[in-house]
Amino acid sequence: MDSNSSEGRDPRPSGRTPLRRTADNALKIVVVGGFGVGKTTLVGAVSEIRPLNTEETLTSAGEGIDDPTGAWGKRSTTVAFDFGRITLSASQVLYLFGAPGQERFWFLWDRLFSGALGAVVLVDTRRLADSWYAIDRLEHHGTPFVVARNNFGDPTHTLDQVREALDLPPEVPLLDCDARDRESGKQVLIELVRHLTARVEAETAGTPAAAAAPVLEESTP
Amino acid sequence: MSGRGGNTDGRRVRPGRDDDPDRLYTITRGRSRAPENAFDLVTLIVAEREPASGMQSEHARILRMCEAPTAVVEVAAELALPVSVVKILLGDLLEAGSITARHPRFAPNKARLPDLDTLKQVLHGLQQL
Repeated sequence: MDSNSSEGRDPRPSGRTPLRRTADNALKIVVVGGFGVGKTTLVGAVSEIRPLNTEETLTSAGEGIDDPTGAWGKRSTTVAFDFGRITLSASQVLYLFGAPGQERFWFLWDRLFSGALGAVVLVDTRRLADSWYAIDRLEHHGTPFVVARNNFGDPTHTLDQVREALDLPPEVPLLDCDARDRESGKQVLIELVRHLTARVEAETAGTPAAAAAPVLEESTP
Repeated sequence: MSGRGGNTDGRRVRPGRDDDPDRLYTITRGRSRAPENAFDLVTLIVAEREPASGMQSEHARILRMCEAPTAVVEVAAELALPVSVVKILLGDLLEAGSITARHPRFAPNKARLPDLDTLKQVLHGLQQL
């Protein structure tokens, strides 16, 4: 624990541990899904720190408008998200973000998650519709993703049925997971990295991977 | 994908968090924007000097926190301030030479894929978990 508390600041979250001094490159993966689907649970299961919560403020006055009275005022919108991290090596660290899938969050997607390796869409089959919007936006942004069904008890649907209900293209991996379980969460992340690897290899081999996973030009957010 | 639509995920408000606009205005001295692209969410910040007396308390806290490399998002969580406010504070410290920033090496534009070496390292790291 930090003993330097001369300013009487809040105690650090119990999970806080510093990164190695050699850490010099951080990567991002985003876990996105509807409310209560288990994003924080999944992040917490694999994270080396207790998931932390923070927020970003979007000023509805718009970017670049010099309006000090309104910038932090009533017209700003705040979205909260949480995160954890995994030290990968002496120099590399992976940050995992749990992001709500709701519509207004996507206005902040680029600012927060540009440069993310990819995303995990966590779905609950009882509320599949909660993830439709997120899947649409990821496709729109050209962000590679896998879909993980957080399996609460006995599944009432096969993964094929889930794929159909989500209108998922065949090349998007879909798997079951238990968000509470570290090993299961780890497998979801590994699946995403394998998916990315396959896409990169397909591209470097000159295969038109873009045909299998079309990248859409951005038009409007 | 006609069947998909937005959801109505409720806003989660962290209890006890002080988001009084006046407070944010004071902390940032009225500024609302960080220098363009100066920091990513996961840029690692390293303090290059000790906090000085008379320094704004948020600046001092950042310098103490960043004795070891600390990501921008962790600084924000620790200070309980919005990320964009923290970026403004970090911009001050960077300009004064009080911190250095280790930017993500892989920061592609959208639709660009990472390189295989990076992916191999990530896979290896995950398998060690």
